[in-house]
Amino acid sequence: MITVYVPCDSAAVSVGADEVASALEAVAGDRIRLVRNGSRGMLWLEPLVEVETERGRVGYGPVTPSAVAGLVEAGMLDGADHELCVGVVEELPWLADQQRRCFARVGVTDPLSVTDYEAHGGLAGLRAALAREPADVITEVTDSGLRGRGGAGFPAGIKWKTVLDTPGETKFVCCNADEGDSGTFADRMLMEGDPFCLIEGMTIAAHAVGASEGYIYVRSEYPDAVATLRRAIDLGYEHGWLGRNILGSELTFDLFVRVGAGAYICGEETSMLESLEGKRGMVRSKPPIPAITGLFGKPTIVNNVLTLASVPTILADGAAAYAELGMERSRGTQVFQLAGNIARGGVFETAFGISLGELVNDYGGGTRSGRPVRAAQVGGPLGSYVPASQFDLPTDYEAFAEAEAMLGHGGIVVFDDTTDMSKMARFAMEFCAEESCGKCTPCRVGSVRGVEVIDRITGGEDPDGNLAVLNDLCELMTDGSLCAMGGLTPNPVRSVLTHFPEDFHANPREAT
Amino acid sequence: MPETTESPVELVRAIVAAHRGERGVLLPILHDIQNRFGYIDPDLVPALAHELNMSRADVHGVITFYTDFRSEPGGAATVRICRAEACQSVGAEKLVADAEQVFGVKAGQTTPDGSVTLQQVFCLGNCALGPAAQVNGRMYGRVDRGRLIELLANEGDA
Ligand SMILES: Cc1cc2nc3c(=O)[nH]c(=O)nc-3n(C[C@H](O)[C@H](O)[C@H](O)COP(=O)(O)O)c2cc1C
Ligand code: SF4
Ligand code: FES
Repeated sequence: MITVYVPCDSAAVSVGADEVASALEAVAGDRIRLVRNGSRGMLWLEPLVEVETERGRVGYGPVTPSAVAGLVEAGMLDGADHELCVGVVEELPWLADQQRRCFARVGVTDPLSVTDYEAHGGLAGLRAALAREPADVITEVTDSGLRGRGGAGFPAGIKWKTVLDTPGETKFVCCNADEGDSGTFADRMLMEGDPFCLIEGMTIAAHAVGASEGYIYVRSEYPDAVATLRRAIDLGYEHGWLGRNILGSELTFDLFVRVGAGAYICGEETSMLESLEGKRGMVRSKPPIPAITGLFGKPTIVNNVLTLASVPTILADGAAAYAELGMERSRGTQVFQLAGNIARGGVFETAFGISLGELVNDYGGGTRSGRPVRAAQVGGPLGSYVPASQFDLPTDYEAFAEAEAMLGHGGIVVFDDTTDMSKMARFAMEFCAEESCGKCTPCRVGSVRGVEVIDRITGGEDPDGNLAVLNDLCELMTDGSLCAMGGLTPNPVRSVLTHFPEDFHANPREAT
Repeated sequence: MPETTESPVELVRAIVAAHRGERGVLLPILHDIQNRFGYIDPDLVPALAHELNMSRADVHGVITFYTDFRSEPGGAATVRICRAEACQSVGAEKLVADAEQVFGVKAGQTTPDGSVTLQQVFCLGNCALGPAAQVNGRMYGRVDRGRLIELLANEGDA
């Protein structure tokens, strides 16, 4: 039997992977063992079919269902050459140049195969953790330099230590899988492509802080991730990776998936906790911080998917190996996501420090439209637009902050030179108005006013006066908002005012 | 929806009972109700509030906070088109306009014949293959006007 891989990742499925898999079964079902793997993250090649050969896994992509018969006839199952053949997948520079730690197994394995998981290094981190005292596990995480991957970059070890040091019978580990930012999809790909890795990371966290119960809060826009996680959790229980006496230890940890209901603000950690409690997702004032007074008032870890999924490799290979990667205070790897108008979009995990230009132009291949890159929005809807002239910026939390930008979750959305940047500034305000939880006036009302003021400026109505109003409004939102929704929405707006002021003047160019 | 002899209120009670012992159950229950009926009938709120020992106002407040929950039936197919930044960079605004023209309704509305509910959504996690859309929970990438029409024709056959 020849092993053939066709991804089950929903991005691959979105461009026909299921149909390609069916076509393969129809044409060569008796000769192949079909594995639905996660995606390698080279999304422009999806559906990417891989065939196991003596040389390694040979890839073909993008494959359409109608091309399958011809490919099989041309010898695809022997790894034969073809115009869709990309060669041995792991030798492709795009993949070979990455330093995959968090994403090491994604695209390689069958996401729901416990055998694959262990054969590819799974559980080594949990075993190492269980052999150590909780405080030692936390020291390892602290020494690795791991910072929260959800946006704010807060050191994970410090948060965990606070939870460990807070007395309490009941403690929780909550995974923030709300991933609402445009341009980010790595959480989803990890959950669909290597769900056991997240489960392992959360179990290590539970051991480290003395928690007995965990929740993964997944946005409702991700039905496939929810289904995969639920099956992975069931398998985890069956194999003694969850529940009582995990891997024969004293640890008991129960894990549940909860589904959001279409509110971006529920990605903010306190809003997420309210939602997990079954309430409206209204942001809580801090203090108290969730580490001390979190879910149902108990000490709670809240971490992003990628933060938690980076923990197993840190425990398995040691803090030093992880901390060796990166620059300055940004240690380890970041899972960059190349998105928007980009020729070669996908997931690129590498050490912090690589420049924006290398990612967008070298690996990403510039725009999909073939036109010059004008800007990239980095770090989601609350992140700044970085002009192409600043693409030498190294991907480091502090370097970005200094340039009045935000690295955030590592999403990079590319725009070409036909983009009217004033429209993007307007959209930032519109999005805030739409998604504000409504608790504070500067955010709730300020964003609505922001849209109106931008419309006046671009409509030619007293531009100078209204620009001053817009600047004041931005200041008010920054200073007077309870959370980063209202507080950071001015970022993209100001970045457009700074770098693309011409788009606010008369005759702004039209998009497309 | 399969025929059943149980009344909606009885079904709601059964759904609530199935979640006994879980923490913070209101959202999972609301999802179950919507999955079962396609929407959350405001007439069910009193029974739900009673079962959960909550005030009607609190239950209502939660339902209205979240955009997923609808208080009236949607179309046979729900088409959600992403309007967030990454999809905008490759023409999402045009796709939304095309969809509104194809279906003859605005985003947020259901066609008069009840076949399609058109919605806007902010990011589906398919931002490298935009414009992205979701039809009845399934994701599609690189969608344009032609592909949208094709997709719906296929949904009709399914
Ligand atoms: C409006 C808003 C939306 C957010 N959305 C997310 C999200 O979708 N996923 C996430 O992990 N963090 C999100 N965050 C950040 C969380 O509040 C929190 O910092 C994070 O979950 C902590 O985990 P980390 O330290 O592992 O990053 C959001 C914050 C704000 C203000
Ligand atoms: S800033 Fe906006 S989203 Fe945040 S608490 Fe205030 S109103 Fe809610
Ligand atoms: S921005 Fe459209 S799928 Fe993410």
